[in-house]
Amino acid sequence: MRNLFRLDEYFARSMCHRGGGPTNASPVSRSGRARGARTSNAASRCTGTPARVWPLAFYSAWVAVLTAGSLPQAAGAASAPLQSVLSPAGIQATRIAHLWNLTLIVCSGVFAAVLLVLLVAIVRNRRSDHRTTPDLSSLAQPEGNTRRMVVAATLLSSVLLFGLLFADVLTDHALSTLPVANALTIEVTGHQWWWEARYPSGRNGDADHFTVANELHIPVGRPVIVRLRTTDVIHTFWVPNLHGKRDMIPGRDATIEFRADKAGTYRGQCAEFCGFEHALMAFYVVAESPAAYDAWAAHQRGAATLSAGALLQRGQQVFTSGTCASCHTVRGTSATGTLGPDLTHLMSRQTIAAGTLPNTTGNLAGWIVDAPRLKPGTTMPPNRLAPADLQALLAWLGTLR
Amino acid sequence: MNPSDERRRPKRVSTEGPMSEAVGASSPPVAVLDVSHLPSFGYGHRSLMWWSTLGLMLIEGTAFAIGVMMYFYLRSLAQVWPLNAPPPDLLWGTANTIVLLASMVPNQLAKRAAERGDRRGACLWIWVCLAFAVVFLVLRGFEFAALNVKWYANAYGSVVWLLLGLHTTHIITDTVDTAVLGVLLITGPFEGKRLVDVSENALYWYFVVLSWVPIFAVIYLAPRLQL
Amino acid sequence: MSGRPESAHERGHLLDGPAMSPAVRDALARTWSDPPGVMGWVAAINHKTISRRFITATFAFFLLAGALALVMRLQLAEPASHLVGPDLYDQLFTMHGTTMMFLFAVPVMQAVATFIVPLMIGARSVAFPRLNAYAYWIFLFGGLTLYVAFALGWGPAAGWFAYTPLSGPDYSPGKGVDIWAQMITFTELSSLLEAVVLITTIFKLRAPGMSLNRMPLFVWTTLVTQFMVLFAMPSVMLGSTALILDRLVGTHFYNPAKGGDVLLWQHLFWFFGHPEVYLIFIPPLGFISSIIPTFSRRPVFGYPAMVLAVIATAFLAFGLWVHHMFATVVPELGKSFFTAASLMIAIPTGIQIFCWLATLWSGRLNFRTPLLFVLAFFFILVLGGLTGVMLGSVPLDLQVHDTYFVVAHLHYVVIGGAVFPLFGAFYYWFPLFTGRMLDETLGRWNFWLFFIGFNVAFFPMHLLGLHGMPRRVWTYPPEMGWGPLNMMATLGAWMIAASVLVFLLNVLETYRRGTARPDRDPWGAGTLEWSVPLPPPPHNFDALPVVYGRDPLWEPVGQPSCVAGLAADSREVLTTTVLDAQLDTRPLFPSPSIWPFVSAIATTVLFIGSVFTPWAVVWGAFPVAAALIGWFWPSRHENRRAVELEQRP
Ligand code: HEA
Ligand code: HEA
Ligand code: HEC
Ligand code: CUA
Ligand SMILES: [Cu+2]
Repeated sequence: MRNLFRLDEYFARSMCHRGGGPTNASPVSRSGRARGARTSNAASRCTGTPARVWPLAFYSAWVAVLTAGSLPQAAGAASAPLQSVLSPAGIQATRIAHLWNLTLIVCSGVFAAVLLVLLVAIVRNRRSDHRTTPDLSSLAQPEGNTRRMVVAATLLSSVLLFGLLFADVLTDHALSTLPVANALTIEVTGHQWWWEARYPSGRNGDADHFTVANELHIPVGRPVIVRLRTTDVIHTFWVPNLHGKRDMIPGRDATIEFRADKAGTYRGQCAEFCGFEHALMAFYVVAESPAAYDAWAAHQRGAATLSAGALLQRGQQVFTSGTCASCHTVRGTSATGTLGPDLTHLMSRQTIAAGTLPNTTGNLAGWIVDAPRLKPGTTMPPNRLAPADLQALLAWLGTLR
Repeated sequence: MNPSDERRRPKRVSTEGPMSEAVGASSPPVAVLDVSHLPSFGYGHRSLMWWSTLGLMLIEGTAFAIGVMMYFYLRSLAQVWPLNAPPPDLLWGTANTIVLLASMVPNQLAKRAAERGDRRGACLWIWVCLAFAVVFLVLRGFEFAALNVKWYANAYGSVVWLLLGLHTTHIITDTVDTAVLGVLLITGPFEGKRLVDVSENALYWYFVVLSWVPIFAVIYLAPRLQL
Repeated sequence: MSGRPESAHERGHLLDGPAMSPAVRDALARTWSDPPGVMGWVAAINHKTISRRFITATFAFFLLAGALALVMRLQLAEPASHLVGPDLYDQLFTMHGTTMMFLFAVPVMQAVATFIVPLMIGARSVAFPRLNAYAYWIFLFGGLTLYVAFALGWGPAAGWFAYTPLSGPDYSPGKGVDIWAQMITFTELSSLLEAVVLITTIFKLRAPGMSLNRMPLFVWTTLVTQFMVLFAMPSVMLGSTALILDRLVGTHFYNPAKGGDVLLWQHLFWFFGHPEVYLIFIPPLGFISSIIPTFSRRPVFGYPAMVLAVIATAFLAFGLWVHHMFATVVPELGKSFFTAASLMIAIPTGIQIFCWLATLWSGRLNFRTPLLFVLAFFFILVLGGLTGVMLGSVPLDLQVHDTYFVVAHLHYVVIGGAVFPLFGAFYYWFPLFTGRMLDETLGRWNFWLFFIGFNVAFFPMHLLGLHGMPRRVWTYPPEMGWGPLNMMATLGAWMIAASVLVFLLNVLETYRRGTARPDRDPWGAGTLEWSVPLPPPPHNFDALPVVYGRDPLWEPVGQPSCVAGLAADSREVLTTTVLDAQLDTRPLFPSPSIWPFVSAIATTVLFIGSVFTPWAVVWGAFPVAAALIGWFWPSRHENRRAVELEQRP
């Protein structure tokens, strides 16, 4: 394979007198001459004409484009940082991103090497057609040189693979040993198709825990342990900027540990296909300073503040005496349903229905009137409310900050 | 006779192209390998049926093995085993095992007779085998009743019914098989190859019997053993 | 070597041999051809007839599944699109994945093998030709059942691996999943039977002298694949039976509330599912090993290494299944083992790639369409294999599992590793299948549109996965920024469709114009299938060859050069010993019969019936048993012939 070092020569040769080069000619020279006598059968179109060049050019161009296309990604220049593997915002995701970079480099090298050998083989070889005498010399004398090259390539591959394995195991070990002293524990339950998160009790015992939906807040710099549950099918908890994913499996307990090191809002999405609205089962993780987190938690822990006013009271009545209360809880009222999200602090969320819509009054109205139209398959039924009732309900919901 | 001895050093072939004509009908002085003297059937691995039976045994053996693994997998997840049920009664299962093991004797005799070329002997022993199979199938009915659990009770019930059902299916198909062969041996039309069929049928019967032993152990003994 | 007491000649039988008269040759052709008429069509058992139908059926399923993929791509081309809703979309990808895997990629390899293998090993038929026909009908009816159900609105919608509990009785009401699971039973039954047919064919029907170490590599890959079928398929058959039982008779295999376990399904499925991808991948390695030597005009480099590599791949393939389950709760230590195994399997694949590169390196290339498709393999499969190595790493997989990165990986390996070589094989063996050559110019269009379209369609999916796009989503919000790459993927998919149309056009044109009919080997190949006239006569070989090397048509022929003395007016075949292919026996094969067809119908009634009531297993068993007995029962006529030709060992 020392021929590899004389690439330019081979390119040059293959361009001008492909097929009839003076070197290496001994075992096969006869058909080199035979070619001249060839008639216009289909094979002739495929040999020895410049038409050969453009496919090769394409080949090389593709290699270039594809490799170039993936490198900036590796450098973290991703365009969608909201939910991306390549812009880590926490130690776990960072470790994985480092492993990704290493693996990408090794694999690109292997890919390039294979293609290079292939290209050179294509370019340097003389052409033949179906009448070319097969070269049976390999049956008589073993091809020692070639064999050494194949063995060397195999050994090199094994070494590279062992290297990768080593890096994988190290990273895996690091991921599973994140120090979790003083961790915040959250219990997240997957439902078809939304997320319920139970935050732990505060200083006052168990009565103090609180439940939110589809939007988690976590303090930056403090490890988080998420206990994963599901009430129906398998869902997968995944916030790519913070960590890899973990399945929520009926009948099995699982946890995932991570830490956000950069403040920001990160999107997560259910990754395991869980039926109809698997696509619209997203959530947000807001990583904020410990102080901001504490303030948020204290607020969420409290019951809803119910303000006076005829309209608002009417709204609350629509909610608690209507069907809503059978599925939703608003702490501080008589509504204690558990089939749907806890709405105590509904207005503190940026989106409704697991990331389906921005949390605006218009969207809320649309959702309440006909949720299945906005999110086909959702278990929340359409509600035919009198316009006045709807207005009142919306106004009241608007106070659930 | 053995063509591989004749391998020569390869030499270059003509540029005319492939040598297909060498195999065709054109060149007269070719020496031929006359096969008209060969037997038209053979026993054991000489027979194609043997290979298909072997394939079937591999498939079904794998299925049984996976069934057994399902059993132990579910068991490994359970706090107590069997789940909410007493272990199956030993009586019918043991009786059945004895019947099955005993059926290996006529089975072996049928196989030997067939390989001797003895049509009448093969026929006789195949019918004895069938008698065993019928007894066995009746006992199997009692066995299902004595499992002490229904398939819909819990996962334990499901998996023992699966194992027993899987094995029973094999017994039934093999019984039908054997019966057809038995009738064919009596009524004809008869040809020597039938004796090979008897021999392969015996092989399969061995498989069904011997695969029962581990399944028996799993269904009846494993629940009594606290691992 | 005792002669038989009374030769077949003396009993008035025609015998074959190299110097036979046209009358004998006609008798041979008549003996081995399928009967005419509609009944004859149903009764056909010639391996080439069945195989042609089988290939056509699998290819039709490929087109259907591809068409479904085009609809999916249209839906995903833009964010927040409402072309199809979640209801249909979920069925689309389930049907697409299921069809591609179960009704196209695995069976098409067996279908091609049943055509090529007997020709490659110098045999007149596959072993058990009736079983072969039965397996085909079962396959066809299974596939049709699935599509009829889909058309009736009972399409399954739980994904091609149908995870419980989503596919269980509580979350997938209706009959979709039951039909899906029964379709698995159909196709697995068919595959298992084909495996038995092919293994026996390869072990016992090789031409004298074709010892195991002279078998063409395609025959090796087929052999190894069929053994994998035997050990892999029972797992999913048991799994899907348990699923149906859970759904229909209330067992609790997958119900954690009653001691069952949802991961049990995943283990059973992937213990089959991972080997399955190698069922798809290994036979094409054989295509490549057939095409590369022919078009680089030299024997393949490193035959023993290749054989060992294929066998090693098959063994390792059974130790990888957990790499599909890294995100579940499998113990950590176990995961490292499966990572190691996943990386290790790259070594045998690598060895084969290096050996082919060596062959190409020192060969002289004949740039025809089959070779182009094989060269694309090096680009696409290697890229896909490398992303496989990435997925094999637990930490990386935790990020990209269940995203479009996996979708990209699987299409790179499946299309690069199987579909491209398969198209190469179509172009290569088309003269053998039909007696006609496909057009070279259209072939090139086919190739380049496919190659470019493929990369345009699937390369962006790697990036989408890294940007967080999960798979199996029917839509995505505009603010995710996934729109442009998805649009690109859709354009690429349509380019592939154009390329497939060019292929169909090529086939059509070849038939319409009817020129380009070589009467023998147009490629100058070295293996036996090219020694027969094109298209091959019903009996394949006038006289069975005797083999002296790995490339019998390239290497010098020894003496004796062929076999003589098999009956020409009965379906007599030659069997040889397993290792050395020395003469063994001279059995008689069965004649065409409608019983395989009838049995397949009866089996279909049983399987479909059982979706509606478990009792169907009981009453459906009687017609099946009756049909099988009818099949087995010898006719007087056949029996007379057998007795005449009989010679006891
Ligand atoms: C033809 C089919 C095929 C083939 C050949 C492969 C080959 C491989 N696959 Fe793939 N795989 C699929 C089909 C296939 N796969 C499918 C269909 C799925 C998805 C199923 C689903 O979820 O729907 C899947 C999913 C899948 C996963 C699960 C992803 C997930 O869901 O999270 C993983 C994880 O490990 C994986 C790994 C591998 C590996 C390591 C190989 C290896 O065999 C690759 C080996 C080859 C090479 C590596 C290239 C050549 C080698 C060299 C040139 C040597 C030098 C190399 C190095 C030094 C690196 N595959
Ligand atoms: C052999 C396997 C195979 C093959 C060849 C393909 C081929 C293709 N696949 Fe497939 N794919 C899978 C196996 C395969 N796929 C599997 C296993 C899954 C996972 C499923 C799951 O998640 O459950 C999947 C999933 C999958 C997805 C992800 C869906 C999702 O997660 O939401 C997508 C999306 O783009 C896709 C696209 C395509 C495309 C565009 C092609 C193209 O290459 C198709 C090319 C073919 C054509 C375009 C046909 C052309 C037809 C005509 C020209 C005319 C038609 C005429 C008639 C019908 C009469 N596939
Ligand atoms: C049968 C149960 C049910 C009833 C009745 C019901 N809901 Fe819901 N609701 C749900 C479920 C389930 C969800 C989560 C849907 C999703 O995201 O897919 C939901 C979501 C919501 C949300 C969005 C919450 C979020 O954080 O994303 C609002 C607001 C809401 N419901 C309000 C109402 C009102 C107001 C009523 C009565 C008029 C009502 N619901 C009646 C079950 C119900
Ligand atoms: Cu929940 Cu997907
Ligand atoms: Cu795999």
